[in-house]
Amino acid sequence: MMEHQQERLESVVIRFAGDSGDGMQITGAQFTETTAIAGNELATFPDYPAEIRAPTGSIAGVSGYQIQFSASTVYTPGDAPDVLVAMNPAALKVNLPDVRAGGIVIVNQGAFDKKNQEKAGYTGDPLEQTKNAGFRVFPIDITGQTLGALSGLALSRKEAERAKNFYALGLVYWLFNRSSAHTLEWIHEKFAKKKSEIAEANVRALNAGFAYGETAELFSQSYVVPSAKIEPGRYRNIPGNETLAMGLATAAELSGLELFLGTYPITPATDILHHLSAQKHLGIKSFQAEDEIAGICSCIGASYGGALAVTTTSGPGLALKGEGLGLAVMLEIPLVVVDVQRGGPSTGLPTKTEQSDLLQACFGRHGESPVPVISASTPADCYWAAIEAARIALTHMTPVILLSDGYLANGTEPFRIPDVSKIPRIPVTFATKAEGFEPYGRNEKLVRPWALPGTPGMEHRIGGLEKEDKTGRISYDGMNHEKMVHLRDEKVRRIADDYPATEVYGDESGEMLVIGWGSTFGGIRSAVTRLRASGKKVGQVHLRHLNPLPKDLGEIFSRYRKVVVPEMNLGQLAMLLRAKYLVDAKSICKVQGRPFKEAELTKALAAHLEA
Amino acid sequence: MLHLENFVQHTDPSLLTRKDFVPSNEVRWCPACGDFAILAQVQKALPTLGIPKENFVFVSGIGCSSRFPYYMDTYGIHSIHGRAPAVATGLKIARPDLSVWVITGDGDALSIGGNHFIHALRRNVGLKVLLFNNQIYGLTKGQYSPTSEVGKKTKSTPDGSIDYPLEPIRVALGAGATFVARVLATDGPLLGDVLLKAAAHKGTAFVEIYQSCVMFNEEAFETITEVSTKDDNRVILKHGERLLFGKNKEKGIGLNEKGEPIVIDVLKDGIAKVVVYDQTSQTLPYVLAHMSEGLPTPFGVFHSVEKTNYETLLVEQVGRAKAKKQGSVQAMLEEGESWVVE
Repeated sequence: MMEHQQERLESVVIRFAGDSGDGMQITGAQFTETTAIAGNELATFPDYPAEIRAPTGSIAGVSGYQIQFSASTVYTPGDAPDVLVAMNPAALKVNLPDVRAGGIVIVNQGAFDKKNQEKAGYTGDPLEQTKNAGFRVFPIDITGQTLGALSGLALSRKEAERAKNFYALGLVYWLFNRSSAHTLEWIHEKFAKKKSEIAEANVRALNAGFAYGETAELFSQSYVVPSAKIEPGRYRNIPGNETLAMGLATAAELSGLELFLGTYPITPATDILHHLSAQKHLGIKSFQAEDEIAGICSCIGASYGGALAVTTTSGPGLALKGEGLGLAVMLEIPLVVVDVQRGGPSTGLPTKTEQSDLLQACFGRHGESPVPVISASTPADCYWAAIEAARIALTHMTPVILLSDGYLANGTEPFRIPDVSKIPRIPVTFATKAEGFEPYGRNEKLVRPWALPGTPGMEHRIGGLEKEDKTGRISYDGMNHEKMVHLRDEKVRRIADDYPATEVYGDESGEMLVIGWGSTFGGIRSAVTRLRASGKKVGQVHLRHLNPLPKDLGEIFSRYRKVVVPEMNLGQLAMLLRAKYLVDAKSICKVQGRPFKEAELTKALAAHLEA
Repeated sequence: MLHLENFVQHTDPSLLTRKDFVPSNEVRWCPACGDFAILAQVQKALPTLGIPKENFVFVSGIGCSSRFPYYMDTYGIHSIHGRAPAVATGLKIARPDLSVWVITGDGDALSIGGNHFIHALRRNVGLKVLLFNNQIYGLTKGQYSPTSEVGKKTKSTPDGSIDYPLEPIRVALGAGATFVARVLATDGPLLGDVLLKAAAHKGTAFVEIYQSCVMFNEEAFETITEVSTKDDNRVILKHGERLLFGKNKEKGIGLNEKGEPIVIDVLKDGIAKVVVYDQTSQTLPYVLAHMSEGLPTPFGVFHSVEKTNYETLLVEQVGRAKAKKQGSVQAMLEEGESWVVE
């Protein structure tokens, strides 16, 4: 037996890819949990097909799961996989172009028959071609080996074959010196109740894969990624849609209000509805409306009744909600609109990510209609962004748009579970003193009172027609209208009074400030880190609040020679910054349905430094 | 939880009178508009319901009728075109303790808001929906509406409209409404009676109110309102009673062999041929909702059946979930796979 070498690596990117029926998401999730328990920093990105069930073996049916894990801080799921596990020819075809030069490619040789190769569009031998392209190819008959390991179990061939993803997982566990213990435990919990043979099959497949790595002398070495320094606490690896939903539930608790969700299903936002619909035991009321418009309108009604009202959507749905948002602006009532952005316009790329709704969020309404806009920057941050959105809505009596996107929605990173009792409360008071009550009277922040139906002596009407200042009666007076337009505008501007000072990462002044928002956070942070490591004086600002913008931003811009804005659109934030600050902000744009890669962004930023 | 009950004391509904619902601001409908009669009947009905004044909310869309909330001294939302049922649904789900009334018109409910209208009815949310049907767009100054008759000449249809009208009662029945009624705005006693029945109904109560637009469609209901012809052109639906009409109740509504309504001469054909009305029937209301030329127009309660309303079912689900799982937000955060970093 050959002596195995162990190589220490700082950071590794693995992608598991196969047919959508091959269980790649489970494989990825298991590897992630095991890696997290081993103490690595990590970020992941699942990539599933748009179709519910694309034809078996087809290009359209390829499902992938990528993880980057490291001994130091990780900001993204990584650019180029060091290791690709391809369970069939289509998975190889789709994913090989992303693999780093000379990377490891483990393929399930058992699935590489003529039919599957044709389905994937290969002519000739794909494995030979991959080898010739400089990759280290490891063809293993995963299907056959799995069936062999399972002989004697009372399972159909089809059932037995299904365990092959655990074989692949076991092999990769061996390759990276991971323990199978967590997954073994998980299999027992998950499958024991259903059919004990299936649990047994998955255990045997996992062990067989692990043993194969050790004994087959295929790999000359295995790898070790030492654990990272991580803030102590309890963690979960969950996607942004789920953390966002939990943030909304938390905001309801912090404010003492009932959470009302009025929503129409739309990709990629629907999981928020799913998650909150399963939390009725917390008193959450979810309402699947007949359309996007009814989604926001039901929220307006619920908010008038005193609930923390939330509607969730994606770009096309936000367009439909525009009129309702205008009403909410006029009524000055709190509600949160979550836009999980996707590629547009129209149906566009519904399962892919983009940041192209920023201008729609800021301006996509009739009339002078100011709405606070905030964004989440990582899957875990969706939790905190949801709380912040609710806090602004409730304390400033205004609709708030929270921008997430497809990448945050489905991407995962370890989420450190907070102690809810330590999160600052969201103070909410209802007006109950009938004497001197004015529906559109205002406090020092220009916020009007929230008077709920059911409160005696405060009966009043609100509506879309222009309001007379203070009394809230209908007014067609031009001077009053101008006053109210300014009041609504100023009310939203004053939200910025409460922001903490804008955080600058890296150099506080210097050659270049890279400013971004939303899910580009990880890519930008990685690129800025790389540039600074090469001696450049670069700072990063990542915006939580997009409207109103932080007050100290202009001063920060003045400390740098250049301002560059990477965005997954054609320069929407750059346009806002140029308009507001007269700063010569340069754009780096990408609209390919995928996030920036660290390397491409580093290169593009470096080019700006040299220009 | 911040519950209103914890810090407000409700007023005594037994002390309420009509005047309590009349606000100080002036009513701005055209003189002699049919809406005045409806407003008066609603203001008369509310104090009799045993509901504290502060628990009434009127929600409307856009149109002449939708100005209604401004003329009621209650809580109210004048929302956007067609969306009142959606706004009201959210309010009623969040606050089942409130008495929520939707005021809408033929354009508001059946054209731009058709979707919200049918879905509110389908869900059987505990709303009272009053649809003021004047068969015209009044606020935009006279275009034909989805309930206008074919051939209607208006500013937007100078050569006569060429699309067929909707029958609101049939739309409501088709959407599964549990309470469906029609009244004339000028028939005060019947309107008052139907409003009380609608108020008592636990699911969505839909009331179509024929109302004339004096500016743009004054003749719409002439034959059924004119003193000389009204008795021959109206039949009042009364549960368990025969459908008789005419000045001396000498005529009745029967059904031919195809199940279509026909006029029965009571003296000649015998009273046995006259239909005994059953408001729980699924088919009879549909058949009578739109009677052809020569037959009278029915008024009163077409359909009324009991079905648990949406918000009650939702509150029950929440209650069952709470009974099954003692949870907290903290527990929700900690559910599922997790690991500890020391």
